[in-house]
Amino acid sequence: MVELSAEQIAKLKALGATQKETLVKMGDDFKKEREKDAACIYTCNATGCRSGGSVSVIDAFRDALAAAGLSDRVRMVGTGCMGLCASGPLARVEIKGREPFLYKQVTPDLAQIIVAQHIAPALKDAAAPLNLSKKLAGHELSLKLPFFTKQTKIVLKHLGHSDPENLGEYIANGGYRALMKALEMKPADVIDIVKKSGLRGRGGAGFSTGLKWEMLAKSAPVGGEKFVICNGDEGDPGAYMDSCILGGGSHAVLEGMMIAAYATGATSGWFYIRAEYPLALERMELAIRQAKKYGILGRNIFGSDFNFMADLRYGAGAFVCGEETALMASLEGNRGTPRPRPPFPTEKGLFDKPSVINNVETLATVPAIILGGADWYNAIGTATSKGTKVFALTGKVLHSGLVEVPFGTTIGEMVNDIGGGTSTGKKFKAVQTGGPSGGVIPASEFRMPLCYEELKKIGSIMGSGGMIVMDESDSMVEIAKFYLEFTVEESCGKCTPCRIGGYQMLRLLKKIASGKGTRADMDKIRDIAAAMQRGSLCGLGQTAPNPVISTMKFFADEYDALLNKGRKG
Amino acid sequence: MVKLKIDNMEIDVPAGTTILEAARRVKVDIPSLCYHRDLNPRAACGICVVKNKGKTLRSCCTAVEEGMDITTRDPELIETRRTILKLVLSNHPSECLTCIRNDNCELRRLAATFGLREVPFDDITPSLKDRPIDTSTDCIHIDSRKCILCGRCVEACQVMQKIHALTYLDRGIKSRVGVAGGLPLGDSPCVRCGQCTAHCPTGALTEEDHSEQVWALLQNPDNHMVVQIAPAVRVALGEEFGLPVGTLVTGKIYTALRNMGFKVVFDTNFGADMTIMEEATEFVKRFTNRICLPMVTSCCPAWVNYMEKYFPDMIPHFSTCKSPHQMVGVLAKTYYAQKAGIDPAKMKVISIMPCTAKKMEITLPDMKSSGYQDVDYVLTTRELARMIKQAGIEFTKLDDGVADSPLGEYSGAGTVFGYTGGVMIAALRTAHFLITGKEMAEEDLEIKPILGIDKGVKEMTMRIDGSEIRIAVAHGIGHIAEVLERVRAALAKGAEPPYHFVEVMTCPGGCVGGGGQPCEVTDEVRIARANGLRQDDKQSKKRCSHQNANIQKVYKDFLGAPNGEKAHHLLHTHYTARPLYKK
Repeated sequence: MVELSAEQIAKLKALGATQKETLVKMGDDFKKEREKDAACIYTCNATGCRSGGSVSVIDAFRDALAAAGLSDRVRMVGTGCMGLCASGPLARVEIKGREPFLYKQVTPDLAQIIVAQHIAPALKDAAAPLNLSKKLAGHELSLKLPFFTKQTKIVLKHLGHSDPENLGEYIANGGYRALMKALEMKPADVIDIVKKSGLRGRGGAGFSTGLKWEMLAKSAPVGGEKFVICNGDEGDPGAYMDSCILGGGSHAVLEGMMIAAYATGATSGWFYIRAEYPLALERMELAIRQAKKYGILGRNIFGSDFNFMADLRYGAGAFVCGEETALMASLEGNRGTPRPRPPFPTEKGLFDKPSVINNVETLATVPAIILGGADWYNAIGTATSKGTKVFALTGKVLHSGLVEVPFGTTIGEMVNDIGGGTSTGKKFKAVQTGGPSGGVIPASEFRMPLCYEELKKIGSIMGSGGMIVMDESDSMVEIAKFYLEFTVEESCGKCTPCRIGGYQMLRLLKKIASGKGTRADMDKIRDIAAAMQRGSLCGLGQTAPNPVISTMKFFADEYDALLNKGRKG
Repeated sequence: MVKLKIDNMEIDVPAGTTILEAARRVKVDIPSLCYHRDLNPRAACGICVVKNKGKTLRSCCTAVEEGMDITTRDPELIETRRTILKLVLSNHPSECLTCIRNDNCELRRLAATFGLREVPFDDITPSLKDRPIDTSTDCIHIDSRKCILCGRCVEACQVMQKIHALTYLDRGIKSRVGVAGGLPLGDSPCVRCGQCTAHCPTGALTEEDHSEQVWALLQNPDNHMVVQIAPAVRVALGEEFGLPVGTLVTGKIYTALRNMGFKVVFDTNFGADMTIMEEATEFVKRFTNRICLPMVTSCCPAWVNYMEKYFPDMIPHFSTCKSPHQMVGVLAKTYYAQKAGIDPAKMKVISIMPCTAKKMEITLPDMKSSGYQDVDYVLTTRELARMIKQAGIEFTKLDDGVADSPLGEYSGAGTVFGYTGGVMIAALRTAHFLITGKEMAEEDLEIKPILGIDKGVKEMTMRIDGSEIRIAVAHGIGHIAEVLERVRAALAKGAEPPYHFVEVMTCPGGCVGGGGQPCEVTDEVRIARANGLRQDDKQSKKRCSHQNANIQKVYKDFLGAPNGEKAHHLLHTHYTARPLYKK
């Protein structure tokens, strides 16, 4: 950055202090406005519900409100993800003095009926009982469902209940207060809170975020620069946590990044978000634009000595670019392939400068920890896995969607309570966690608490939070094949064990799945798996055999059946 | 220093040393297919895995840490390595018997060492069928079917030479090495230096082999076969026959060539002396009259190609001299042909070169000054070694022969052309004589500041007769851009150029480390080969080009004066700006 005179800096600080006041007032103004509303309709406007038509639902609500002359009294909000994606588009009606009410599978037609049958009568007569037609009643989604009651929302707290494009609303909900608080602390103390909170990286590996920050804080800047990078290259099949967090809470991620930067001495930040996430990109771009406009990003932020800028880069969609060294190579404009570690990014990262790479969810958690304190966060979860984790619960489960639970929640609670049991009426067989790097957990182990250590012990991993539920009709060999096909497709091709090993393993697996496999083929798979685990350079190759190995372990009978079929034939 | 244990042996090594290098100090050779001391470890093959207290890691790219306890072999590691090697073999054509790298393929050698008797995985090489061999440069072949993606060529091309012709294409199992956009190598920025071929562990990147064509010429009794050998060949060929690195085998090469059927054996070193006469004269003229300084040497065809592609605005700075073997070629087909009464149409000149780019150079339009293509074929050191073996010649047992007159005699200055700094040293020896009329003192003949390979760019100021000559010597083409940028910046400002005379050799270490030299070169090898040439220089009776009696005779009988009209017609050339990518 350009050197400024003491006088210029003093001016900028004064400006920063004014900007801080402006922001606080913006939040207060929003609250006052919200107080005035007689009712509010929150409609999920995240990617899932949008694909179900939520944009036209929102338009229909607006039209209906206008037609009923209620536009001034009822606020219409398109929100981030509400969670129960399987039942979208979702709409939540909140009328002053009444219990909130949730509708599922809302259509534009239904939106008109909701205004006419539910909202308009209630606003006309506060005492009027709710009198819904049979059709409308059929769209009620009880807020008493365990899906809602059993969750603990920290990261997702405001996602389904605020307009992600409204900076005032973010501030009214406590936004940027954590940054303001952090800026009044010593950077080392900020790191200390994060360390004590027990927060671990949510990208999958689960490394202590505080320790990672401390490593960067200790690295001297190179050419005056250090970087914070937000890894938004989520790519596990079935996982969409980061997509929703970025799309519905972009300011929280930015705030988390800025706190990380202040704590570590980073000078600028980069969001690396895959191009297949247009909404996340749009919202993040907007957040950065707003932050620049209001002096949240820039020099002498909020009157402090902290200067910071953030920018955004599109990922082209290669799965391996979620691996941090490949991500940095991609950010630099090079081919996205991993490089050996050490040196770790905190010593030599992006453009050979010290860098820390944090996952979207990790950063989104940080503001809450700064405001709530280390002890509060540390009290949630298990002995070694602290806080909450967002999961994308999908597959053969009734209530599939985005959920946030404390670590230690059992798989059984996840699928039976929150998930509401199978969607097919058949028995559960297993869940798959950790995406293509993870493994399966058979139904017999559903009492297992979800935490980093337990999942590793059973041969899977926490991963980024994908959880795919399977019932007894699912073939585990096919599941293994599906994941291996994915990693073989996504192997960058740099190192031999992954490039050729994965490919050969897939050939063997296909042979077995087709009923032509032999015991020797199973042994070959094990040999290749061992070589990939020990010899691959990056996590993708090291963990690619996991879905195969773990299904071979827990569902040996399914493999046996296929092998026997071959013998008879 | 860092203290650690490797296979229970305690060792202290400097911080930053990799585990693989540290292990070599305790005489443990950890196998690898991708590691090469010249290049950054790319960590591609996975064969060098070791364990530190039970944790597996790559020894090629992991620096030692205090207190490490490394195991380099246990059943798990050995099994891992064997499986990886089997995987590589399942994707590599079994064409060893007909492969150009049959006797020095690192993959074949490792498979032999590991004693693999079967590859238990599907042969997936049929999927490689649709990869044609890229022969578009006529110098270097890419057979990506044989590529094991060790990445050495890309490191050599992008990091060492900073050419960026080669890159990775596609992903996963389809990954391959090639030119951006899948273009032919011939349409790329490739300067044909051949460092990719010298670093490739297999037969994926090789020189275009012209030995069959040369055998055919040799077998035709109508041909008057002339051969010449470049300076750096004489200190490298011995390696192919088990002799110590750097052994000077000039006399044996002459004998071998005669035994192969060559009628006349000349020496490119004569051409080097001739080049010096022309170039030193050109330099003295340009230096005295301050014309287009710095003057830049032009004997390296890859460098010429680089300048034409990357710095075409600097073309006027090139010396217009042809390279030594082209001078020998044209003089053989003119002067020698007349003298010996031979029809130049029937004369075939073959150059044995440490270089792949020379194969391109002989086809350039200016290289037909004799009325014929001045040099008919270029063979690299590696091709010559194979041909000697094919001929059943027991090379190490040969008696020393002598070269033929008149284009076979050379001075010490001619022979030092083979290593970085050598052209400059040779030129300055003669420039000194031309400027002062006096010979350089014996002890000054090796100009120490520009010897050696530690630095990519070596600079010095030489004082001759009160004039200061500012010199830069660059080797490894990756280092040249900084020199040229400095010159460009000074010229743009209208300032005095930072140098008067610049020597450039494309390959690290100069031609001793050339792209056509025996594979598996490292700095130790380059130094040993250069020392062989230095020895050749020191044992020469005449150590300056102008002292070469036959050179003087050729000028007197045929050429006239250095830089004279005839010399200009036969021994000088032009340059053309070229695009990086052929449109």
